[in-house]
Amino acid sequence: MSEAALALLILAGPFGAALVLGCCPPLRRAGRLAALVSLAGVGVALWGAVRLAAGLWQAGAEALAQGSGLTREVSLTLPWLTQAGPEPLARVGVYVDPLAAAMAALVALVAGLVQLYSLGYLADEPPPALGRYYLYQSLFAFAMLGLVFAPNFLQLFVFWELVGLCSYLLIGFWYQRPAAARAAVKAFWVTKVGDVGLILGIVLLWGATGTFEFDTLFRAAVGGTLPGNLALYMTLIYLGAVGKSAQFPLHVWLPDAMEGPTPVSALIHAATMVTAGVFLVARAYPLFLAVPWVLLLIAYVGAFTAFLAATLALGQSDIKRVLAYSTVSQLGYMMAALGAGALAAGVLHLLFHGFFKALLFLAAGAVIHAVHTNDMGAMGRLGRAMPKTALVFIVGTLALAGIPPFSGFVSKEAILSGVWEAGLRGPFVLLAVTVFLTALYMFRAVFLTFFGARAAGGHPHDPPSVMMSPLWLLAVLSIAGTALGSAALGQTFPEFLGRGRDAQLPHGPGWLTPLSVGLALAGLVLAWLVYQRRTVSADALTRGLGPWPAWVAQGYGLDALYVALYRGAVLALGRLVGWTDRYVVDGLVNVASAFTLRAGADLRQLQTGRAQDYLYGVTAGLLLVLVLWRLWA
Amino acid sequence: MLSAYLLLAAAMFAIGLFGVLTRRNAVGILLGLELMLNAVNINLVAFAHVNGAVAGWVLALFTIAITVTEVAVGLAIVIVIFRVRRTVDADHLNLLRG
Repeated sequence: MSEAALALLILAGPFGAALVLGCCPPLRRAGRLAALVSLAGVGVALWGAVRLAAGLWQAGAEALAQGSGLTREVSLTLPWLTQAGPEPLARVGVYVDPLAAAMAALVALVAGLVQLYSLGYLADEPPPALGRYYLYQSLFAFAMLGLVFAPNFLQLFVFWELVGLCSYLLIGFWYQRPAAARAAVKAFWVTKVGDVGLILGIVLLWGATGTFEFDTLFRAAVGGTLPGNLALYMTLIYLGAVGKSAQFPLHVWLPDAMEGPTPVSALIHAATMVTAGVFLVARAYPLFLAVPWVLLLIAYVGAFTAFLAATLALGQSDIKRVLAYSTVSQLGYMMAALGAGALAAGVLHLLFHGFFKALLFLAAGAVIHAVHTNDMGAMGRLGRAMPKTALVFIVGTLALAGIPPFSGFVSKEAILSGVWEAGLRGPFVLLAVTVFLTALYMFRAVFLTFFGARAAGGHPHDPPSVMMSPLWLLAVLSIAGTALGSAALGQTFPEFLGRGRDAQLPHGPGWLTPLSVGLALAGLVLAWLVYQRRTVSADALTRGLGPWPAWVAQGYGLDALYVALYRGAVLALGRLVGWTDRYVVDGLVNVASAFTLRAGADLRQLQTGRAQDYLYGVTAGLLLVLVLWRLWA
Repeated sequence: MLSAYLLLAAAMFAIGLFGVLTRRNAVGILLGLELMLNAVNINLVAFAHVNGAVAGWVLALFTIAITVTEVAVGLAIVIVIFRVRRTVDADHLNLLRG
């Protein structure tokens, strides 16, 4: 089967499931049957995606062995919006390259595992709600895969909005809870701020180049015929990625999005949708390479986001919010890597992060499922009651903290090296400090949840096998990721992607590995001392940091700032518009009507009702006409 | 010769119009209307006599017939109004006032 046909098959699976579930209410209300339909759809997608990625990987390896170039991109498109001239305004279809294949494999795999896991996690939901959940899940899988395979900016934008919609629907899955409904709306609005930039950038770029198609634009980038204002357009497009990938200052929606069911957080708000922004930058990388200033902006914002979110993660008591801020932080890493020109390192981290963060979320979901609370203060010593969950959670934590031999180590190392080699000292320092903070906040979560003195109430136990098997698979992938990420991969993967500046994964100076591992271990040890041995008092540590913990508790006041901006600017504008409507627009209408009324009141005086008065008028008019006629003649 | 007739007709028309405009009694107004119509008749007959056109005489005969019916209808209305309103003063017949 050709690559393009495989890609279409991958799209057809979830789309068919969503269509069937959407159009057949009895099936949807059946609950578990709907889940099976959805799983079948995503299973087709997974089979196709793995075949696609494996086939491209093999072809790439062969081409590398022969030292020959290889046509990496295959696209199959049909005219969509027609216009006068030889080329249609926009095309629709699939665009397959190694980046899309790798991303599709990640999406299909995590979506499949999450859907399987949800069977156990949402077992107590009524069947109609479960069916609705699987409808949204299928739609999301389709939208995300469509985004991945989009051959042009326009189709990408359509699917971009579609995943945003699915995110909204799934965050608000428990819409009866006011907090969930509010979080869904907040996520929608905040990402829309970025999306406005994205659509503006896309349209302006189209206005300057006359095309939405990636391959045409990439050829222009190679040929050096890109428009002069490219920096502006790419900054606007990057703004879309800022919203979707929760970069500072639009990261505020992601922690609130944790109001959704935990499997949703694992799939959408950790592994796939939030990485769409990173994917967008990676997809349009030849264009971004042409504007170094924008790349520099991406790197600085990414590094700052990574650091800021890591400090915020330290101050959370809700285990899901810790993971959410951790996701924001790791997205910052990926963006920083892309900004530093280390495309392969960033994409590798995206893939590995997808595995171990989904693992962490699903394991946290198992904990929440067992103890019925998100609050880490109410947990403790769960390692005894839930040994398997604790084991996989710790595997995920080690991978996230970047401790060898787990997968996060390889990709994080590559990112740090790439940022160092790009000469970005400021971002490098921020990211290195974040390594320490990452280990600290993650092991804080581990010690508070699974160890410690106090035992949680109730009788928590490991989840059933339908929830446990995805966890095992993801844990294996988080370790095996390292095996894959060994030296062979390190050289093949960038070649596989074949779009960055780097011919291979960056190797930093020799002191870099000891430094990053040392920082991670330092974080681990500090967390152990503070939260396990309690030789260092957490309160004393908090006091020692001055006002910082208070700022963290308020999320650095960003939410308050946005609320104030909303009240100050949007509501003030609303009042101004309201005032204008009430007093200026309505005033004009009122003046006109008052004039009419007044004129009518005055003119009715002429109508005396006496026939002779009218006759006077007729006579006078006739005389006037006669006189005028005489004068005229 | 013709101008004498026309002067007479114009004078009658003016007197009739004056009557219509100034009389307050509805019967008086009808009388004024009769004067104006007959001024027209004089004009018609005078022009017919001078020009030798028979059509003027025929038209005058029509006018007389119409005048009679007009007076019959008009007086009937006046009588009905008098029965209802107990007055035929035109100043008081102002139900159409705006």
